[in-house]
Amino acid sequence: MALDDIYKEVILDHYKSPRNKRELPGAELQCHANNPLCGDEITVFAHLEAETVAEVTFQGAGCSISQSSASMMTEAVTGAVVDDAKALAADFRGMMAGDVEPEEERFGDLVALKGVVQYPIRIKCAVLAWDVLQDALDGAGEASGAQPHTV
Amino acid sequence: MSEQTATTQHVGGLDVDALRGDFPILTRTVGEHPLVYLDSAATSHKPNRVIDAEADFYRRHNANAHRGIHMLGEEATQAYEGARATVARFLGAPEPETIVFTRGVTESMNLVAQGWGRRHLREGDEVLLTEMEHHSNIVPWQMTVAATGATLRYIPLTDDGLLDLSQLGSLLTERTKIFSVTGMSNALGTITPLRQLADAAHAVGALVAVDAAQLTPHSPIDVQALDVDLLGFTGHKMLGPTASGGLYGKVDVLESMDPLLGGGEMIHEVFPDHSTYKPAPYKFEGGTMPIAQQVGLAAAIDYLEALGMANVRAHEEEITRYALDRLLDAGATVFGPKDPSIRGGAVSFWFKDVHPHDLATILNEEGVAIRAGHHCAQLVMRRYGVSATARASFYVYNTTAEVDAMIDALNRAQAIFS
Repeated sequence: MALDDIYKEVILDHYKSPRNKRELPGAELQCHANNPLCGDEITVFAHLEAETVAEVTFQGAGCSISQSSASMMTEAVTGAVVDDAKALAADFRGMMAGDVEPEEERFGDLVALKGVVQYPIRIKCAVLAWDVLQDALDGAGEASGAQPHTV
Repeated sequence: MSEQTATTQHVGGLDVDALRGDFPILTRTVGEHPLVYLDSAATSHKPNRVIDAEADFYRRHNANAHRGIHMLGEEATQAYEGARATVARFLGAPEPETIVFTRGVTESMNLVAQGWGRRHLREGDEVLLTEMEHHSNIVPWQMTVAATGATLRYIPLTDDGLLDLSQLGSLLTERTKIFSVTGMSNALGTITPLRQLADAAHAVGALVAVDAAQLTPHSPIDVQALDVDLLGFTGHKMLGPTASGGLYGKVDVLESMDPLLGGGEMIHEVFPDHSTYKPAPYKFEGGTMPIAQQVGLAAAIDYLEALGMANVRAHEEEITRYALDRLLDAGATVFGPKDPSIRGGAVSFWFKDVHPHDLATILNEEGVAIRAGHHCAQLVMRRYGVSATARASFYVYNTTAEVDAMIDALNRAQAIFS
C-alpha cells in the first residue's frame, strides 16, 4: 500500500517521540519559517563550535511529515562539519525532488522520507526544516564575516 | 430529475442518486476507490448542462460581446446579457443592470474596496469587518485603508463560532462608512443574520457589502429582502465555470464607484487627456470578459432553480446534521455552530490528534477528498488556537453514504497514528 510508503514506522516514531525538540538557550543561530499552505512551523536552533554543528534543536508544530523530518534532521547533522551539513541539506532536497538516490549510511532514518516523493503536495512538509537549517547556516557565514570554510 | 428504483436516496427533497447522473466526474475513481468529493466549498463539480452550455457557446455562437455587428456578435451579446438577467432573477435583484460580472468574489470585493473605498473613505472613517472573513474580504480592505487613512475594525467571534454581536453597538458607529461581512463562513459554516446586520449598519448611515461566495450556492437569496447594498458571488462554487461570478449593487451605489480596469468597452468617449465612462454595470467590465463562463453560470442557475433552492438548502441541512452527528460520535472536535439550521455544510474539524494534513493524505488513499489547511481564514484559525483544520463540505450531489465513507477513513487514519 502506498500509505505504508509515507507513514513508515520510523516516521511515526520520530513524530510521536521527537528528538531534540526544545529551545537551545544561548544558541547563536536561530531561524524560523512556516508553510503558508498549511500553517506548519519550525524554528531551528544551532550551536556551532569552530566549523562543526555542535548541537541542533527545533521547536514547531505541524503534520507528521514536517515534524518527523525536523527530528531526523537534528540527529543527522549534530556533530557534522558545517559544509557537510549544508551538503546533506542539498542532497536531502535532491532526494525529495527525485534527483538524488540516498546513500543508506549517510542518510540513516532520513531514507524513510523518500516515500513522500509520491505525494507532491507533501514534499514541502518534508523540506521545511531543512530550508530553515540552510537559512541558519547561510546566515552564520554572512554574520561571521564570511570566513571561508575548510573541510 | 428522472425517476429511480429502490436504491434512490432522497435527502431533504433532492433525489440525490438521480441527480448524480448529471455530474460526469462523479463516476471516476481515485486509485481503486470511487471518488467521494467533500470539497465543494473550494469548488463544486459541474453538471452536463453547464459543461454543454459552455461548449455550445464556443461551438456555435462564439464572438466578442457588445462589439460585433455580425450575427455571431449579436448572438454572443444576447447570451451574455441573458446570463446577466438570469443572475439578477436568481439573486432577487430589481434589474439586470444591478449585476456587474466579475471573475468571482475576490474580484468583486476588490472592486468594492477599491472602487467604492478609495473614492469615499478618508482619515477618521472606519471599515467594519468580522473575524470570520475569508482573506478576500480582509486583504482588499487593508490595501484600501493603507491608501485612504481609514481604520479597520473587526467583530469578534463567540466560542461557538457565531458573531459576537454584544459588541456591535461600540463597533458600528457614525464613523463606520461600510460594513463588509460574509453571508456564510467558509471556515466555520456559520450563516450570519444579514438583514439584522444591514438594518444596524443603515441605522448609522453605513453601507453593507456581503461576501456571498458560500451563501449563494447553498441557500435561497433575495438581495432586496436582505436590503444589502453590495453582494459579491462566485460561479464556480455553485456548479458554474471558473472565472464566472459577479457583484450585485444598488444602482446609486454602483454609480458612485470607480472602475478597477480602464480599457476597451467600458468607455463612452476617449480624449487625449480624459475619458468618459459607460454607466454601471458596463463601466466595470473593461476588456473581454469571461463570456462563455457567464453563459455557463446561467446554465448552472437554471439547473439549481430546477432543483429548487429550498430543496438545495434542505438537503444541505440534512446531510450537515448527519455529518455533525457522526463526527461528534466518532470523537471529532468540530469548529463552528453545531445547529444545522444556522450553518451551512462546510464542517471544520480536528480528528483526535491526527494533523489535518495527515488526515487529508490518508483519506485521499480511500478516495475521499477533503480540504486541510487554514482555508484562507487565518483570523478564524488564530481565534480557535489552531494553525489548520480538516474541512469536509457538501453539495447537492453528496450522500450520507459518502459521510460514512469519510468516517471509516478517519478511523483508519486514527489507527495508523495510535
